[in-house]
Amino acid sequence: MNASRRGFGNVRLPEIASAETGDAAAAAPGEEGETLLALLHVLISGIALGCIYALVALGFVLIYKATEAVNFAQGELMMLGAFAGFALTQLLGVPFYLAMMIAVLLVAGLGVLIERIAIRPILGEPQFSVVMLTIGLGYVARGGVTMTPFLGADTYALPTPYKGEMLRFAGLALSVDQAVVIGATMALCAALYALFRYTKIGIAMQAASQNQLAAYYMGIPVRGLNALVWGLSAGVAAIAGLLLAPLTFVHVNMGLIGLKAFPAAVIGGFGSLPGAVIGGLVIGVVESLAGFFLPEGAKDIAAYVVVLLMLMIKPTGLFGDTQRKKV
Amino acid sequence: MSEPLLQIRNLSVQFGGLRAVNDVSFDVMKGEVFTLIGPNGAGKTTVFNLISRIYAATYGDIVFEGRSIARVAPHRVAALGIARTFQNIELFENASVLQNLLIGHHAHSGTGFWSNLLFTPAAMRSELAARRDAEDVIDLLSLHHYRDARVAGLPFGVRKCVELARALCMKPKLLLLDEPSSGLNVEETDDIAWWIEDIKDELGITVLMVEHDMRLVSRVSDRVLALNQGEVLALGSPQEVQRDPRVVEAYLGGAEDFDRARSRP
Amino acid sequence: MRFLFKTDYKQDIRLFQHEGQVLWYGLLIAVMLAAPWLFGNYWLSQLTFVMIYAIAGLGLMILSGFTGLPSIGHAAFLGVGAYVEALLVARGAPFPLAMLCAAAISGGVGFIVGLPALRVKGIYLAVATLAFGFIVEEVLARWESLTGGNEGLTVAAPRLFGVNFAAPTPFFYVSLFVCVLVTLATLNLLRSSTGRAFIAIRDSEISAQSMGIDLTRAKALSFVVSAAIVGLAGALYAHKLRFISPEQFGLTQSIDLMLLIVVGGLGSVHGAFFGAAFLITLPQFIAIAKDWLPPEMAQTAGLQALVYGLIIILFVMFEPAGLYGRWIKLRTFFELFPFYRRGMFRRQRAFQRSERLK
Repeated sequence: MNASRRGFGNVRLPEIASAETGDAAAAAPGEEGETLLALLHVLISGIALGCIYALVALGFVLIYKATEAVNFAQGELMMLGAFAGFALTQLLGVPFYLAMMIAVLLVAGLGVLIERIAIRPILGEPQFSVVMLTIGLGYVARGGVTMTPFLGADTYALPTPYKGEMLRFAGLALSVDQAVVIGATMALCAALYALFRYTKIGIAMQAASQNQLAAYYMGIPVRGLNALVWGLSAGVAAIAGLLLAPLTFVHVNMGLIGLKAFPAAVIGGFGSLPGAVIGGLVIGVVESLAGFFLPEGAKDIAAYVVVLLMLMIKPTGLFGDTQRKKV
Repeated sequence: MSEPLLQIRNLSVQFGGLRAVNDVSFDVMKGEVFTLIGPNGAGKTTVFNLISRIYAATYGDIVFEGRSIARVAPHRVAALGIARTFQNIELFENASVLQNLLIGHHAHSGTGFWSNLLFTPAAMRSELAARRDAEDVIDLLSLHHYRDARVAGLPFGVRKCVELARALCMKPKLLLLDEPSSGLNVEETDDIAWWIEDIKDELGITVLMVEHDMRLVSRVSDRVLALNQGEVLALGSPQEVQRDPRVVEAYLGGAEDFDRARSRP
Repeated sequence: MRFLFKTDYKQDIRLFQHEGQVLWYGLLIAVMLAAPWLFGNYWLSQLTFVMIYAIAGLGLMILSGFTGLPSIGHAAFLGVGAYVEALLVARGAPFPLAMLCAAAISGGVGFIVGLPALRVKGIYLAVATLAFGFIVEEVLARWESLTGGNEGLTVAAPRLFGVNFAAPTPFFYVSLFVCVLVTLATLNLLRSSTGRAFIAIRDSEISAQSMGIDLTRAKALSFVVSAAIVGLAGALYAHKLRFISPEQFGLTQSIDLMLLIVVGGLGSVHGAFFGAAFLITLPQFIAIAKDWLPPEMAQTAGLQALVYGLIIILFVMFEPAGLYGRWIKLRTFFELFPFYRRGMFRRQRAFQRSERLK
């Protein structure tokens, strides 16, 4: 695994390991079929990474739609999910799948707690304040984890039961980790779609996000729903963290990958859930391709260049709606 | 007979499939108080937004002082001499009342960035002139008490007054008042009536008003235009328009609606 | 209690409203001028940093605090200013000229950033500035022929007519001078039509437009002025540190600047100074606190992040007006003693209209 040189302040950002598929492709260069295969591998790892971005971006957009807060700590929630998973499996010896579920529930609970304690009191403050608050929460999470004895300062691997296994078909070598990421993301998106389309709670969430006052009048418990949305969003972030952990290491700064999810959410249009997913995939693929074709360093900023281009062409993103103030 | 200050010619605007304003034409004479009335959704505020260039008209023309302003950039409207108040009060909440009024002077202040940065004597003179104008308006509307208060904490009636004051600070030739008496009680509405009369008589400003309160309309207006669903219904003196059968039907419903309502158990 | 009897409009427009202010600020300036004799080199150096960060804070305050445009990548301008200064001084330019160039070029970059930013609002603008910050950091790192890349760049001493200003005392005076100039310029802008236009844009764009404020021009101006001021701070920063590298101007630094203005007091000039003082002195306290913790937990990076985060959260939740707000309340308490009422500064919980529709 290569640790990237650029990163957050003085810290190195763990890079996504595309070593397995990358090396397999680099081993036999030259022939056109080989290049095509290499390209496909690059695309797949881009899609896998894009799924992670998509999940984090989904979390952003969920919270933004419901409470208009922008949660800069989403990446840190992801990191906490990964650490929870690690602690449960490695330190407490809990069986893998059970540990995953507990980790997600724990972080979801944390999300509810954050909403209740920190976000609710400052509803009505300007958005800048809320953003600063969530940045503060991110700092606290990072600092807290770093200072946890025996845990925080090091980098760990999260061993999955299917680690190292590869799926091979039609000449493609796909690591099971990546396949799990893609599969889990698809399943989660389907579940969320079903939630919002068919369940009462989902429809209530949509109502509350469009017009809080009207939702109150309809008897919808808006406050409770907000807490639920934060919990849901935190849970999605935790899942993203647990999916990401096998691809990179479990490290206190892995949440900074969540920063790339911002461009993803913006590209999709910040109020659109499908947009967030598509934006995440776009960013993932673009990054992967940039790493393959362009000189070093382009990969790190590919996401940001794309988002600036998008904002210049369509300022509200692919699926965002232009809401006009009525005076 | 005074000449028309504002001429609206076949003005139409379309939002998607909805024609919010459809082929509306009227003239506002210099020095008069002209009121737009109509039920909610009639397009009255939309006409205002078209004049202020917040919306772009799909069809038709707006002529102010003989020149078409239908393509003018929104921020140039103030310099032309048109000021407006907003239905839902768009004050600068985090600033004081005085600062709100001083901003009204912006279109007329001559000082640019560099003289402001160095605060040259020209900048000081401009500031003093702005302050004097603001104080004149404060005197007119008796806002002395609230001069340095932050707008965010003020009661509703005072905010309406500040909204009006701010528009007056722009020294407009045409003043667009959007529902000046909405949310005010009877005494406050009387104050508004007196102020509108003062604005017309002492300041010589032409007033174009959107209003629902018929007492106020009858009291201050010279002419009234009734709109419904974006189209002109009637134009004339307040009494004429209020008696017009089409206007009555738009507001109160037609005779057959009464019958239907009466026959229901 | 003090009663101000005003007889002239100039009293409201002038920088100092009454003699008490003249006295206190005069005292402050006197102490600052005497600082090299009052404080040792270490505290002098810290004070210099406070000046530099206060300048940068003023720049960001103009953009985010007064015009209401969020910027999460503002350290990029700090970097641009620092590198321009370093490169010009290395080629022998006298440092005042180099600093002016740093400010000008940084302002130019601000214009380039500002133009596309004019079409976007709120979170979109924030992400655009975030993206921009990352891109600038990467460009600084990759353009190795010019900037030396990640290896960094040593910054030559500031020279004017052969005199070296690098020593602590002369450099302190240079920083103080620039700081006072920038503060005066900011105050001038704020009490004139330019500053009012900024505030108008922050509070209600539609209203501002209908009052004759050209939104595009005003927002672009805000970006340019803010970038130029922060670029100036960057030039001083380069000389102070004597060695610059791209990672000093990344996201951490940008968030430090945001922390500065939020903790200091968003929307006030004093806030930049309070925030800068806070930002510089906090690490000292953290270093002290670290000694009290058991060794496995005493990670400086972790403790710093934790304390920073807690302070941001506490300030946003309990003191949104920042340190300056708290100072005002304290001062009012003493001024009005014993008539101070606890509800005096209670903010009206006017439920904000949706930011999406601003």
